[in-house]
Amino acid sequence: MSQPPAKRVRPLSPNIQIYRPQLTSVLSIANRITGIFLSACAVFLVFWLVAAARGPQAYARFDALIGSWPGQLVLLAATFAFFLHLCGGIRHLVWDTVRGFELRQIYASGWLLIAASVVLTLASWVASLVIAGQG
Amino acid sequence: MDRYRLHSPLARAKGLGSAKAGFGHWWTERVTAVALIPLSVWFVAALIAHSGNGYDSFINWMGSPITVVMMVLLLITLFWHAALGLQVVIEDYIHSGAKVWALLMARYACFALALTGIVATLRIAVGVWSLG
Repeated sequence: MSQPPAKRVRPLSPNIQIYRPQLTSVLSIANRITGIFLSACAVFLVFWLVAAARGPQAYARFDALIGSWPGQLVLLAATFAFFLHLCGGIRHLVWDTVRGFELRQIYASGWLLIAASVVLTLASWVASLVIAGQG
Repeated sequence: MDRYRLHSPLARAKGLGSAKAGFGHWWTERVTAVALIPLSVWFVAALIAHSGNGYDSFINWMGSPITVVMMVLLLITLFWHAALGLQVVIEDYIHSGAKVWALLMARYACFALALTGIVATLRIAVGVWSLG
């Protein structure tokens, strides 16, 4: 034996990159990615509150940052991530009650989750733009 | 609340499952998730309702005691949920020596951000109250 057993290269089971993406696995990892992304966005929530606490000038600077096109793009992504994580979380809570585990139900709730997130994101932005236009 | 109802009958009979903090982590993730449904929807709805409004309007809204209570609850619940979620992600994907540091930093950051947000919220509210 050339190497001590602990250092021998062991065969590994296939990694997940070799599998074709499925709705189930994509939504599973999407829930984690949106969770991480929303955690990062929560940092900006705190910056926003701190800016408001510091006064009108600091608040105006933060407003300009969010109002810029990269800011608006991140806000749009954050809106979609929020609704996907919210609806995905509710789907998980339903699963916790041991309901909806049939394959047909899993795919139905998965597509419903995507549709609901898209509709809620669009509805939020339309409502926001309409209210801003009136004000 | 009978926590053992969440075990399957077989698991209960075997007496297996988490004997340590695993169940508490899982359960607290759910407790914060359920609380975040109304809190986060309230926050997003309030942001939409205040679209296009300036600093004065926002400060006035933050001066309402209901807003302060909801905002503080949101900050506590949000960063608690984030801390638990990030912990699982770090434990699952980081296996090097950086794991412990990542776990510490994520936990400290969530705690510090929640506290900073709460102090800022109270600072705004006290400012409004001292004027009125």
